[in-house]
Amino acid sequence: MKQLDNLSRPGYFGEFGGRYVPEILLPPLTELEEAIERIMPGEEYQAALHDLLENYCGRETPVTYCENLSKELGFNLYLKREDLLHTGAHKINNAIGQALLAKMMGKTHVIAETGAGQHGVATATAAAKFGLRCTVFMGAKDVERQAPNVQRMKLMGATVVPVQNGSCTLKDAINEALRYWISHQHDTLYVFGTAAGPHPFPTLVRNLQKVIGTEARAQMLAKTGRLPDYVVAAVGGGSNAIGMLYPFVPDEGVKLIGVEAGGTGEPGCENSAAINLGKPGILHGERTMLLQDAHGQIEESSSISAGLDYPGVGPEHVYLHSIGRAHYGIAYDQEALDAFKRLSRAEGIIPALESSHALAWVFSHAAEIPAGSNVLVNLSGRGDKDLAHALNHITLD
Amino acid sequence: MKDTILKAHAAGRYALIPYITSGYPSPAKFWDTLAEVDAAGADIIELGIPFSDPVADGPVIEAASRQALADGVTLADTIRGLRERKGQFKAKIVLMGYANPFVQYGLDKLAADCAEAGVCGFVIPDLPLEETAEFREAFDAHGLSLITLVGQNTTYERMLEYAPYTREYVYVVSVLGTTGSVNDHMEIIADTMRRARKAFPDVALAVGFGLHHPDQLNALPEDARPDAAIFGTALLRHIAAGHPVADFFHPWLGE
Repeated sequence: MKQLDNLSRPGYFGEFGGRYVPEILLPPLTELEEAIERIMPGEEYQAALHDLLENYCGRETPVTYCENLSKELGFNLYLKREDLLHTGAHKINNAIGQALLAKMMGKTHVIAETGAGQHGVATATAAAKFGLRCTVFMGAKDVERQAPNVQRMKLMGATVVPVQNGSCTLKDAINEALRYWISHQHDTLYVFGTAAGPHPFPTLVRNLQKVIGTEARAQMLAKTGRLPDYVVAAVGGGSNAIGMLYPFVPDEGVKLIGVEAGGTGEPGCENSAAINLGKPGILHGERTMLLQDAHGQIEESSSISAGLDYPGVGPEHVYLHSIGRAHYGIAYDQEALDAFKRLSRAEGIIPALESSHALAWVFSHAAEIPAGSNVLVNLSGRGDKDLAHALNHITLD
Repeated sequence: MKDTILKAHAAGRYALIPYITSGYPSPAKFWDTLAEVDAAGADIIELGIPFSDPVADGPVIEAASRQALADGVTLADTIRGLRERKGQFKAKIVLMGYANPFVQYGLDKLAADCAEAGVCGFVIPDLPLEETAEFREAFDAHGLSLITLVGQNTTYERMLEYAPYTREYVYVVSVLGTTGSVNDHMEIIADTMRRARKAFPDVALAVGFGLHHPDQLNALPEDARPDAAIFGTALLRHIAAGHPVADFFHPWLGE
């Protein structure tokens, strides 16, 4: 991309990322950027975060060897167990880190967007812990579809605002949260839920989530004496995946796989596979790959997994794709449902439908994976939240 | 556009910059409505290009945008319509829209086609200074302006960063909020206006967001008043209520 003058362009990963927001949203983003540099490296923040991650969230999470599936598959399958964290998914790593930052910045109010409700629950949890006011923006359709998570948020004292605009889903919740932040920037921090959005969020969220990959890398070395051959994670906005993949980026022999949600798989179906099926564009403050029509209007995404249902993707994934360091595959709804059932039956672990997409990629590519390989999958969340939904689509015999 | 604004200002009134979404209130009525807005006394018209995710807009303009998209309104059709009517408007035309539809159209083609259609410039609310380079390169080649937007939380130092890249007029966003938000903090607006006047001595100043009557601007101290007033939400509401467009302009024209 041409650079005409000496204006610095912060937050770029290659040609992707940046900060495409109204000028009146720059001061809070700059304030956040300065707080990240000033507060986060300090001993006070680091000690508090470490204590919270260990004693409140339940880190470190184990890496589990899947003995039964490994026998069936002919290679060794390991799971990084983010499903065992407090609130049941990796989202708390980010929410607790940002809410702690908000507290130390002197903010009294945190806001968040949520689709399936997992990030909303994580933010409501952190806000309750720190005595911060919490407002969660959620598409009106999602409020209906995810009633138990709405109840959890409310129980912990959060206000849930149903967003009635547009497609009434995650992307509209982000629009509304950004609007709210513009007018409440003095006392409020927007706790962005995924490694996307305007700079500095993609970097901030990745840095809070990379604990997943950092731990897993050390655990695999300790368990197997070598680095894994494949590291696989599901990609919606991309926070669990960037957290898992990022620490392995310098390890050239390790194949990095992100798995996007392909929807039903019928030709032309709605999907959530922005890297595979989208085009470059600008949404929610970043230049990235987007599902959009020929006129640049953002299309509705679709996936059996609400947590992957987003028409864009974090810019660092697009960058890793563009330089060929990571490969981005697709898993379809039915494959994810099959993987959901298969892991439950074979290992006694019910995976989130998001993580089921990563497992599904491994199962559908088993023939290409050499025997004896070590394959590490990020089990980003537990599947209890998906039970009712999944049971509409699978039979229990 | 600066001269147009200053001429109106010299005549003892604010230059008038109405906003209307392309395709409003319906594709069938739009071009006639635009002609009425032009005839009613607009100095510059901001023609809104609909976008699916308009983060800087409040509910009225977002609804207009959604309706336009549902009606099939596109950037390409809008530019074509302007080209067919080139020379028919006395007001200058700027396109106001979000970055993505412009980028997908192709910035060089956009600039060439807009120049041919008689468009003078662009207002792009999700494009802060650091991201403007490729847009300015395309627009400059065809003599089109990219309008600078600043707000009440924009420091004097930040305004100075914008100054070398600022042409024609500055759009001062008067509220910390979206279009159509309530505008009642006159002291803060006055401070912002004075800061902007100092940082941008050579261009005109236009105030927008939450305007519906000239008394709002007349309440400002004289040295903090803008050269031009931008109004969108109030005008769309006025049109939606079925009132004649000209009625909206009367108080602004001192009639």
